Parts: sequence; C-alpha cells; structure tokens
Amino acid sequence: MSGAFDLSDAPLDLAALAGALDSASAGACVTFEGRVRNHNEGKPVVRLAYQAYAALARAEGERIVAEAHERYAIEHAACVHRVGTLAIGDVAVWVGASAAHRDAAFAACRYVIDEIKRRVPIWKNEFYADGESGWLHPDGTPVDDGAAR
Amino acid sequence: MKFKLLYFASLRDRAGRDAEAVESQAADPRALYAEVDARHGLGLAPERLRVAVNGQFATWDRALADGDEVVFLPPVSGG
Repeated sequence: MSGAFDLSDAPLDLAALAGALDSASAGACVTFEGRVRNHNEGKPVVRLAYQAYAALARAEGERIVAEAHERYAIEHAACVHRVGTLAIGDVAVWVGASAAHRDAAFAACRYVIDEIKRRVPIWKNEFYADGESGWLHPDGTPVDDGAAR
Repeated sequence: MKFKLLYFASLRDRAGRDAEAVESQAADPRALYAEVDARHGLGLAPERLRVAVNGQFATWDRALADGDEVVFLPPVSGG
C-alpha cells in the first residue's frame, strides 16, 4: 500500500503531490483540491485557521486512505491537509488517487475527502469581514461515540 | 489519578488553555468531562463530542488509568 495522509503547516506543492500518484499502469488519476472560499452561510470570509489533534488526525487519515485501498481497485492514494492560517483561494486539503480505470479513481478520491471531513480531528476557524470569528462545529446532531470502530 | 487533557477549537477557547494536568478520581471520560465542564463551562454537551484516550478514539465508559491523555473532541470541520 502506498497510501499516506499528512498534515502541513506550509503551502502544498501540488505538482509534487500528484507526482507520487504516477504509475505506468494507471490510466486514470483523479485529484481534488479543497480551497478556501470567501463566504460561508451568507457571511463574507476573509481567512481561515485550521487546528488539528495531530497524532490522532494522522492515524485516522492513514486509516481512511487504507480503507480506500481495500474498497477500490486503485494503485496509489494520498491526502494532505493544511493547518494554521490560510488565505482565500489557498488549497486547504488535497486528495489524489490513481487507478487502472477512472471509476475506481473517482470513487476513491470521493471516499477519502468525505471520510476526512467526517472523521479526522481537524477544526476550522472562520474569520469574517465584520471582525467576528467562529469555530465551525457542524451538524448539531449527536456525534457517534467511536464504539463501532 | 493524574490525567493530561488537551483542548482544541471552541473547547480551547472556553478553557483558556491548550492543555492542562488534572488530578481527579473520575473513573471514566464521562465523569472527567463533567468535572472539567463544571470548571471551565465548555459549552458543548457530551452527546456532541467524541473522546480520545492516549491518541485513540474511545468510549465514554472506558476505564481511565493514571497518566492517561484524554481529549474531548468537538464536532470536526476539516476539509
């Protein structure tokens, strides 16, 4: 398994990340960039800051990439998530997957980003144009207690 | 028993610190959260949190041991 998850406090080198997906037998390579958006829920956003519980974030991220390898016929998959302060347009999270055929590459990329957003202990603080800021703790529904895993 | 607590995101803001050493007789994370919530006013019900012990997701009724690192995790918002 060549999968990996990492946290980075520096801007991502997208070309280098994509290069790690190279394979002569991979006819498909899908990458996803999650970028900092200038608005959320109707409020203008000027920048973001991400905080992570690094040890558990790395372990859970690695687990998710490993799950993608088990579920889909991919050759390589990887994900890097930024921490620290980011400006509008910065890449906050990058996911890539390569596979012999496109279906597996698309599905694996989608699986990894969805599970990262759902499970990895990383939090986003939005700073708004009006000077306010706030940690996003989405849903409002009870979170599961981890007993299933 | 002595525990090491780490705080993140809104819990860090509420607690006013990113970590603390706590002396407590709490037998499990549920009891420990009740204690620190009473002290800091953390603002999130335990139903909205997950808990990790020594770097791994744990259940709220897991037995705690002296020296454990305990982290209460607000709903995540990465990506």
